[in-house]
Amino acid sequence: MPTVGTIRDHMLALSIRNLTKTYANGNQALKGIDFSVDAGDFYALLGPNGAGKTTAIGIMSSLVNKTSGQVEIFGHNIDSELEAAKSCIGLVPQEINLNLWESVHNVVLNQSGYYGLGRRLARVRAEKYLRVMQLWDRRADQARSLSGGMKRRLMIARALVHEPKLLFLDEPTAGVDIEIRRSMWEFLREINAAGTTIILTTHYLEEAESLCRHVAIIDDGLIIEDAKMSTVLRKLQREVFVLSLAEPLSKAPKIEGFETTLREDCELEVIKGPAHTLNDLFIQLDNSNIKVVSLRNKSNRLEELFMRLVKTRKKGVDENSAS
Amino acid sequence: MNLKLNIVALQTIVRKEVVRVLRIWVQTIVPPAITMSLYFIIFGNLIGRRIGTMDGFDYMEYIAPGLIMMSVITTSYGNVVSSFFGAKFSRHIEEMLISPMSNATIIIGHVAGGVLRGMLVGLLVTTIALFFTKLEVSHPIVTISIVLLSSIVFALAGFINAVFATKFDDIAIVPTFVLTPLTYLGGVFYSISMLPEFWQKVSLANPILYMVNAFRFGILGKSDIDIGIAYVILLGFVAILFTASYQLMRRGVGIRE
Repeated sequence: MPTVGTIRDHMLALSIRNLTKTYANGNQALKGIDFSVDAGDFYALLGPNGAGKTTAIGIMSSLVNKTSGQVEIFGHNIDSELEAAKSCIGLVPQEINLNLWESVHNVVLNQSGYYGLGRRLARVRAEKYLRVMQLWDRRADQARSLSGGMKRRLMIARALVHEPKLLFLDEPTAGVDIEIRRSMWEFLREINAAGTTIILTTHYLEEAESLCRHVAIIDDGLIIEDAKMSTVLRKLQREVFVLSLAEPLSKAPKIEGFETTLREDCELEVIKGPAHTLNDLFIQLDNSNIKVVSLRNKSNRLEELFMRLVKTRKKGVDENSAS
Repeated sequence: MNLKLNIVALQTIVRKEVVRVLRIWVQTIVPPAITMSLYFIIFGNLIGRRIGTMDGFDYMEYIAPGLIMMSVITTSYGNVVSSFFGAKFSRHIEEMLISPMSNATIIIGHVAGGVLRGMLVGLLVTTIALFFTKLEVSHPIVTISIVLLSSIVFALAGFINAVFATKFDDIAIVPTFVLTPLTYLGGVFYSISMLPEFWQKVSLANPILYMVNAFRFGILGKSDIDIGIAYVILLGFVAILFTASYQLMRRGVGIRE
């Protein structure tokens, strides 16, 4: 009998069916979620705090026992082929879970050993990933001596050392400075391009928008959106742009099809609807002899959509409970 | 089960445990050596002289095997309970739990770490004992097999304690309220033949009595109990405690939510 993961033409890295989790205290963290991730995808799993993201990742990585449902990783069911399923995954958890008394080098070498890598290969891989994460110079130091961002990078090196086919990144760049975060993004794009499937949870929605091709939004234990990133972003009807002007204005100009507000003398806020393009805006500005020095998107598009979806769902729940 | 993977993983856990023990040797090796030196000085040398002989041996010579065994079992227990609970507490146990190694490998690796530290401390205490008394091993195979089995039993018990422990107090309760009383009442310092008949029978319910006496038999050739029964009890405990540890790991008790 074919497994869920092999029914389709393409291979699924992850297949989840009706997954539920109720903790001993009665908290129902997952209320029956379904989603699947294609092999090679870069997938964002987003949601507010306590939505169930970390519980879902905990079940997929076997750190949390599920209440019911099916999970398959590259066709391996975690109930019947747990060892094979585990061999496919790497995990960067949300909380620091390093042995802080071990040296940086030993943290990565030990993880290699747990996955059955011989010592020689483990040393080669450890050097490779510690260099990528800019930690090679700190390899002899105890993990506790690292900064928060360095610890997080060490967890990424540790998760990659056995070169997993499926990588779970649970808020991997929290506390990491902007420069290193950008270099980590570049590196994640590279390993994804090389074939590693990545599932990312993050509170930096700019990060998800920049990196991921698919997105699922989870709220209160349920998936409320699951589609291609471009499809999800198209649902956004309005975008807000801030224009820096070359010369000050005394009042906001009237531009047909756009809402405008003058924030400062030389700063104009423009709200664009789906029916118009930025070209329409610039033609009208040009006609009014208003010169634009620069333009930026005021809000993160995904963030706005995310907030809207979560609010809409909460409103629906409140209305249902009131009626 | 992937045998090669599990062998490499086992080597990794044992290496990690040995590195841990040697890194903090002042906490892991020195204290039992100092404690046992004090026992030898106070109970053996100072008080022992007034006691005279026991079962035909100098008191110092009589208590030496018991003190060695006491240091081995408390060290084996302590090593596993502190190492595994420490891994739980700081959550780096997750490194092992997400990996494809089997639960049996995780258990055996930690038990091996406990046994190695137990043997290291046992050798050190034996060396210290030789400064105070002579020790001629009567039955080497019995001596080695009994000390190894006893160490394994207590390493497994320490593992189970660590699985259930949720705070540091929980890993001190069993050693304080169970292990220490049973050890002191397990014939380390006396022969149960000195006790009234009723208390002799009660003493026979103490598993540590069998370990201490079987080990004493290995060294001195003298025991209060049947050595065969000691082997049955030890092997039985190994089987029961390993099975219990395995089931706890399989169900994720105390380690998986």
